[in-house]
Amino acid sequence: MIKEKRQILIFTLFALIVLLAPLFLKGSYFLNVLVFIGINTLLAVALNLLLGYAGQISLGHAAFFGLGAYVSGILTTRFPVDPWMALLAAALCAALLAFVIGFPILKLKGHYLAMATLGFGIIMYIFFNETVDLTGGPSGLSGIPNLRLGQLIFDNDRNNYYLVWVITLGVMLLSINLSQSRIGRALRAINDSEVAARVMGVNARILKVQIFTISAFVSAIAGSLYAHTMTFISPTSFGFNFSVELLTMIIIGGLGSMYGSFLGAAILTMLPEFLRVFRDFDIVIYGLMLILITMFMPKGLIGGLEALFKIVINKIKGGAQNVKR
Amino acid sequence: MDHPGQLVQYVLTGLSNGAIYALIGFGFAIIHNATGILNFAQGEFVMLGGMFTIFILSFLNLPLIPAIMLAIIFSTLVGILFERLAIRPLKNVKPLSLVIITIGASIFIRGAAMLIWGKDTHALPAFSGSNPLYVYGATIMPQHLWIFGITIMIIIANKLFFSYSILGKAMRACAYNAHAASLVGIDVKIMVLLSFMVSSAIGSMAGIIIAPLTMTSYDVGIMLGIKGFCAVIIGGMSSGLGTVLGGLLLGLLESLGAGYISASYKDAIAFIILLLILFIRPEGLFKQKATQRV
Amino acid sequence: MLSVEGITQIFGGLTALEDVSFSVTPRSITGIIGPNGAGKTTLFNIVTGLYTQTEGKVYLGEKNISFFAPETLAGLGLVRTFQNVELFGQMSVLENVMVGLHTKSKSGIFSCAFKLPGQIREEKTVREKAYRWLEFTGLVDEADIAACNLPFGKGRLLEISRAMAVEPQIILMDEPAAGLNSRETAGLAELIRKIQDLGITIVLVEHDMELVMDVCESIVVLNLGKKLAHGTPREIQEDKAVIAAYLGED
Repeated sequence: MIKEKRQILIFTLFALIVLLAPLFLKGSYFLNVLVFIGINTLLAVALNLLLGYAGQISLGHAAFFGLGAYVSGILTTRFPVDPWMALLAAALCAALLAFVIGFPILKLKGHYLAMATLGFGIIMYIFFNETVDLTGGPSGLSGIPNLRLGQLIFDNDRNNYYLVWVITLGVMLLSINLSQSRIGRALRAINDSEVAARVMGVNARILKVQIFTISAFVSAIAGSLYAHTMTFISPTSFGFNFSVELLTMIIIGGLGSMYGSFLGAAILTMLPEFLRVFRDFDIVIYGLMLILITMFMPKGLIGGLEALFKIVINKIKGGAQNVKR
Repeated sequence: MDHPGQLVQYVLTGLSNGAIYALIGFGFAIIHNATGILNFAQGEFVMLGGMFTIFILSFLNLPLIPAIMLAIIFSTLVGILFERLAIRPLKNVKPLSLVIITIGASIFIRGAAMLIWGKDTHALPAFSGSNPLYVYGATIMPQHLWIFGITIMIIIANKLFFSYSILGKAMRACAYNAHAASLVGIDVKIMVLLSFMVSSAIGSMAGIIIAPLTMTSYDVGIMLGIKGFCAVIIGGMSSGLGTVLGGLLLGLLESLGAGYISASYKDAIAFIILLLILFIRPEGLFKQKATQRV
Repeated sequence: MLSVEGITQIFGGLTALEDVSFSVTPRSITGIIGPNGAGKTTLFNIVTGLYTQTEGKVYLGEKNISFFAPETLAGLGLVRTFQNVELFGQMSVLENVMVGLHTKSKSGIFSCAFKLPGQIREEKTVREKAYRWLEFTGLVDEADIAACNLPFGKGRLLEISRAMAVEPQIILMDEPAAGLNSRETAGLAELIRKIQDLGITIVLVEHDMELVMDVCESIVVLNLGKKLAHGTPREIQEDKAVIAAYLGED
């Protein structure tokens, strides 16, 4: 119960900081970066549901992101579809695809699952590139309309910031709720020992497909938001490298932690933004971080921070007790 | 059909690519069978082979044969470093962590190659000139013959090594049961290291013999790696005939598909085959189904 | 209660079990013993749906449960523990038991994510029930510890609490005394009887003969994949074939 209250407090604080941040940030450059951090956080949260909770790896999540972006982009540029309807259609489309491939793909484990999702991601990437009539091919798809709510048009950084972050915060809250529930426990049980989970009555096969479907649904929402805020998309944003980048975000931030997803997304979005020198160094650094964090900090930066926090708290408590004596 | 030579040409291209895929597949199988690890960095050794050779040729001005040998040695050294620094220190890790670490190594090596050699595409000169031979209207480059010859040699050497040499037998014993192998005095750690050495050497050799035909750059590793994986999956994770057939089959389907259906979907063919095999027969096309013991 | 009929299991040409049949009466404690490699764990894996037998049938009461998946069997009240203790190591002791209550609750993904009132109420009862099962085995003080930090003996107890949370009709225990000291084993015997008193049928694979002879009412002996004998502890102790098999092995 205390734990639950603490969680609500932490989330409320986080949400307040995020929602009030634009009041203190001058200049739209930061807001622009923060919009991207928001979209990447949403993606990292989606992947974390699958990998952090259920322990199922995906090296093809950029494909669902791309599918969301393209379905939304194509529906609104080539057909007279309302952007919100397009967003919904995009999410449903990705969810349907994930549901269909989920059954055969999630039967695979570990290395084989990684290879299969990688293969799936590259097939989708080839598809984005080669169906030129539909997607515009390598030169991309432009003129995607902005989302709007009545008079409010999401065409500047401040509006986009709130659009993206309200959705991201909502998904984060739902994911945190999920983790502390019957379903979240069942997913974590699958992660620890699938055999024991099944013996306890957890239908691992169905549950894995469900969480994969939800993860694809959320990734596609992120894709659609990306398309409507950028108004231009091209296949390079949705390739294998981006799938690895997403993986790096949640490994660095911390598997299974939603705040870790934010931390990882923030670090990976800002590295190349703030340090132009990193432009070419980035994949070397990602590779090194993946190896080092997995070897020495398996719970990521959030896990490291928590451990540090506990040590400090214990020191303070210990000090207080000494004073009393 | 334009002329019969075209078919022969497609088959020839398919077989020579397929031979390369088979060699890369061997690398996967050797490490997997010794350690249970699927090395996602396997493709990078293929890239390193070609890039090291080009680098040695142009900077050290060595003749081709010593350059190739040196390139294989360098790639093997990278394999040794990888095993010593990132694999050996791990204890009791989940397969997931190993996937992530080998992916990390893969993009690290690729990134380092890009920083050192740039993003340009490089060509390696053909081993023995580029005067084509004509057979049934198809053009055979001498390099094709080199590919077939060297692949056959490696297959035979591989077979001899694992069937007859003490070291090869010891590696197979580890693959079968590492604990039992250690009880009869086999140093399992050495065998793991050896598996990384052999597979990086074979991988780099594959990268060297294909480079004159297809050019090479820092990022060829990933596609070649996955296609090699596809070959070894068809072959049921063996470093034997199954994988050779798997590689050739993949190469042929790819080249015929590119020729008669659509060149732009050439790569997709390999991945669709990969997914189909993983979904329908993950134990490979040529293996008997066996119940796995938990 | 539980009966197996003509179970045969062949692993790639190797026969692990050959035509094994026996049945277990309701509310009894049955021991399955036999030398290493006799096929005891394989039999458990078949009954609990982890392996697919080559031939033969398994019945739970009147119901043919051959080829049922483990999760379906849990719903029917058949549950097991593992020889090597399969806990959910990253989760707390309490959460481990709460997973055992998975089949006793039904909130779906949406009510969990949106914390609908029904889910909150259900979560409360699940938590209370889980505490009760921890009391049953005496693990309440460890409720908030991560399962991987439990000492081995308590890990065994947690596995039993978790299995009890499924509210089974029958519980299969794979070597529950392995790795326990003599005091812990005595406690285990007591716990097994306590479980029987709740009206639950128990089947255990065990090497600790003292424990088996102490708690079991009926014993099945397997040797080299075949059923060698089936009887009361006294009958088994006097059975010539059994004595030969055990002495022959030593």
